[in-house]
Amino acid sequence: MPHNWIPNSSPDIKKELMKELGISDVLELFNDVPTEIIFNRDLSIGFGKPLTEYEVRRLFNELISKNRLSNVPSFIGGGVCQHYVPSVVKAILSRPEFYTAYTPYQAEIAQGLLQALFEYQSLIANLYGVKVVNASMYNGSTASAEAVLMAARVKKKKKILVSGYAHPEIIEVMKSWGFGAGLDIVKVQVDLKSGETDLSDLRSKLDKDTAAVFIQTPNFFGVVESALKEVIEETHKFDALSIVYSNPLSLGIFESPGSLGADIVVGDVQGLGVSLNYGGPSAGILGINDEKELLRQLPGRLIGATRTLGSDELGFTMILQTREQHIKREKATSNITTNSSLEAVGAAVYLTLLGSQGLKKLGEAILGRTHYLVKRLLNTSVAEPLFPESLYFREVSIRFHGKKASQVIKLLSSRGVSIGPALSKFYEELSECSLACVTELHTRKDIDFLMTVLEEVLEGV
Amino acid sequence: MLFRQAKWEEPIVFELSSFSKQTLLIDEEFANEASEALKRIPESLVRSSELKIPNLSEVEVVRHYNRLSQMSYGVDVGPVPLGSCTMKYNPKICEELASDPRVTELHPYQDEEEAQGILEIMYLMQRWLSEITGMDECSLQPPAGAAGEFVGALIIRKYHHDRGLNNKNEMIVPEAAHGSNPASSAMAGFKVVKIPTAPSGETDIEALKSVLSDNTAGLMLTNPNTLGIFESGIVEISDLIHEKSALMYYDGANLNGILGIVRPGDMGFDIVHLNLHKTFAAPHGGGGPGAGAVCVRKELIDYLPVPLVGFDGRSYKLRYDLSRTIGRVSWFYGNIVPIVKSFIYIAALGPALREVAEVSVLNTNYLMSKLRRMRGISLPYGENRWRKHEFVVSFENLLKETGVSAEDVAKALLDRGLHAPTIYFPLIVKEAHMIEVTETETKENIDRLAKAYEEIIELAYRDPQVVKSSPVNTSVKRLDVLVANHPRTLAPTYEHLRRLKSQEV
Ligand SMILES: Cc1ncc(COP(=O)(O)O)c(C=O)c1O
Repeated sequence: MPHNWIPNSSPDIKKELMKELGISDVLELFNDVPTEIIFNRDLSIGFGKPLTEYEVRRLFNELISKNRLSNVPSFIGGGVCQHYVPSVVKAILSRPEFYTAYTPYQAEIAQGLLQALFEYQSLIANLYGVKVVNASMYNGSTASAEAVLMAARVKKKKKILVSGYAHPEIIEVMKSWGFGAGLDIVKVQVDLKSGETDLSDLRSKLDKDTAAVFIQTPNFFGVVESALKEVIEETHKFDALSIVYSNPLSLGIFESPGSLGADIVVGDVQGLGVSLNYGGPSAGILGINDEKELLRQLPGRLIGATRTLGSDELGFTMILQTREQHIKREKATSNITTNSSLEAVGAAVYLTLLGSQGLKKLGEAILGRTHYLVKRLLNTSVAEPLFPESLYFREVSIRFHGKKASQVIKLLSSRGVSIGPALSKFYEELSECSLACVTELHTRKDIDFLMTVLEEVLEGV
Repeated sequence: MLFRQAKWEEPIVFELSSFSKQTLLIDEEFANEASEALKRIPESLVRSSELKIPNLSEVEVVRHYNRLSQMSYGVDVGPVPLGSCTMKYNPKICEELASDPRVTELHPYQDEEEAQGILEIMYLMQRWLSEITGMDECSLQPPAGAAGEFVGALIIRKYHHDRGLNNKNEMIVPEAAHGSNPASSAMAGFKVVKIPTAPSGETDIEALKSVLSDNTAGLMLTNPNTLGIFESGIVEISDLIHEKSALMYYDGANLNGILGIVRPGDMGFDIVHLNLHKTFAAPHGGGGPGAGAVCVRKELIDYLPVPLVGFDGRSYKLRYDLSRTIGRVSWFYGNIVPIVKSFIYIAALGPALREVAEVSVLNTNYLMSKLRRMRGISLPYGENRWRKHEFVVSFENLLKETGVSAEDVAKALLDRGLHAPTIYFPLIVKEAHMIEVTETETKENIDRLAKAYEEIIELAYRDPQVVKSSPVNTSVKRLDVLVANHPRTLAPTYEHLRRLKSQEV
């Protein structure tokens, strides 16, 4: 069945190639496959026959039109939110030299990609206030899992304390990934009045067996951990590493975790020029502060600057590959091979477009909207912020009075407004609570509309 | 074909000074609320460390990155015959459709009723990949192949654990395997037991027998193996493993060469991971994103990471009801965009997918037949065996006779507008080139590649110094790897580089 995606599939060319090999049937090339396992019918895949480009386009359109997007920008949060992806990012990432490249094993022919990744590492290192950032992990959850594994290796200890309001799926991923290494993942309680990590519970759980403390700010509930500095200081008293997960979009206004003393920083670039993509792909951020203690344990790919042999021209290449699986095999710092380079380049393009001024303004734009939503919630009788006194960024946890969140979400959705997720998805006891997310995409009218519809559906029933 | 790669003296982004200091416009609609909220930020949390991101206008940013792109090379520019990496050309329709906002703007926590389109696509992919691999169910959650291996290894661990067989702590991995195999096994808590490759190029079955024990948890194998040779003893191997109540794990990175001709399930494998970005359609993006999938036999479905996509006859749902699940390996549901690209690819080819295997194998052997006749090149292992989608040659003789190494040859290929193959892998072949032309290269290009090798070898015998001083047509000449990796000159960021420069002065 010749196909235009497979140039040599036409019978004439096949014949010519076979002549070189002295065979008359392609299947002769498979004569070493035991006959009893040869598959001898057509694969039952696709739609029975090869489709033309217009057929496949139409079919895809029919399928994908069953997805529904909300009329106003979505208010759904939970670690990832709808943000604007500038046309510049799309234009650059659709350059085939970038998106159809492979891992830059041959540095001389891949200088542009290598420089872009070097710039990504440098930009993110500055943003997070650390010395070194790798060239990306799959996403924020796997970056977090790799971070705790690294901490356990470095400290040769197994106990990891994790703030109870870190993203629940991140905690699950950490548990799966930590299973082989025998990590003991222990949750630290949260102060139920502030929604912040409970310092006294943290102190009671910290001990000499603790390898690391993992804290997320703003946390899953949208609350800014105001005592971040204290958490880091407490951690260091016990020779444990402090791992801070933060949202890059908040770091134009908030102090970088590295400057506050975090040893390892993690995050996800979703929102920095990367769309929602139904949850993936994105790129995970992983960086370290102390090069002496951590650099050789850092998982993932690293790009470095160098010079040409014999002259002194600047160039870029992959470095410290002796930590990686293709050289160190079972002793490698990670198994990661294919990472998220393209998203990392996208994030670098977006940051460059924003500049330090733009990043600060973007942070303020999001903070201002969050503050506005919180104020509106404090002024309505149908709902309130789950932690009324706390400072939120981008996401707000909300309690509806006397109504199941899952139901409220359905009612809002029938009016074209998407919020969520219902917190009962992760915390049984919070059946009246939901998250809502606001970003630079939301206008005052959008947020007012959300509040109006919310009041209508909650008062009306 | 003349090749000169672009060369710009493009400053590092931090050195791009802009007179105008413009940045992306951000609205100030909520300036009042923002300043109220800013006052509430505790002092210690207000950013005081300097943000060093250049402030540039749009045109400056666009030109910077476009110039960088010109100093890079992808498969849309020319062949990338990297063995094991399967750098095929990816149809543009896949790219375009996967960038539909109904895919890219969909939120993972949206109600399932609002995501029926994407869930149906995922469900069909679970079915199609099961059929392709000869398995019963697939999870699309792993974000790459190595993550899939890790899932597989965790499943093996939990499967034995649930049977009370806690002594099963050894994973057998051939010496020739991809590095991610031993690394994934170790991450899942296994002791890695190595076995060698026999002169036939196949796994040494006697060696396998000698390491088998009650502690054996599983065997990780790719078939065709990394030499491109099909393990014809696969049925015997899988019987040996199963006799020890251990599981057979298939590294599907090499599935390209057997699609529709033989299935891992029919070879006796219990768990398979696929690299959707290699076998189907998703460009590698300079190293990612990829997408993995893990497919298993019926008895292991309950161990898969959650959620799967289920269908109750009316609608598609995320299924969390797996009683023995190993948990999540990544948040949400996997790398959806490459999954969608692969979906479109399989949908468009349908039964013609088998052509991928036939032609990639034909192309491979055609090129191998030309190369193996060349002076200085040898074909270690399995001399009379066909290769599947890739083959490995050695330049050991060339090095001895001329001083030109496998790396020198690779660099000389770059000068001819061709990407080099994978070099020095697998480790069991000295001075290796691992070559994979895939089914998407034309005969013309394969001939061009053979011709380039011929020229380089001829030059190596005539004037080795010229080959050793390549590349010269790329954006930069050969880079100093020692300086790059030396602790004193290590520069993974611009800050490091600046410090080094200031020390020099
Ligand atoms: C044989 C083999 N196994 C596993 C992998 C890992 O896959 P990935 O890069 O998608 O993590 C690769 C590719 O790098 C490979 O070639």
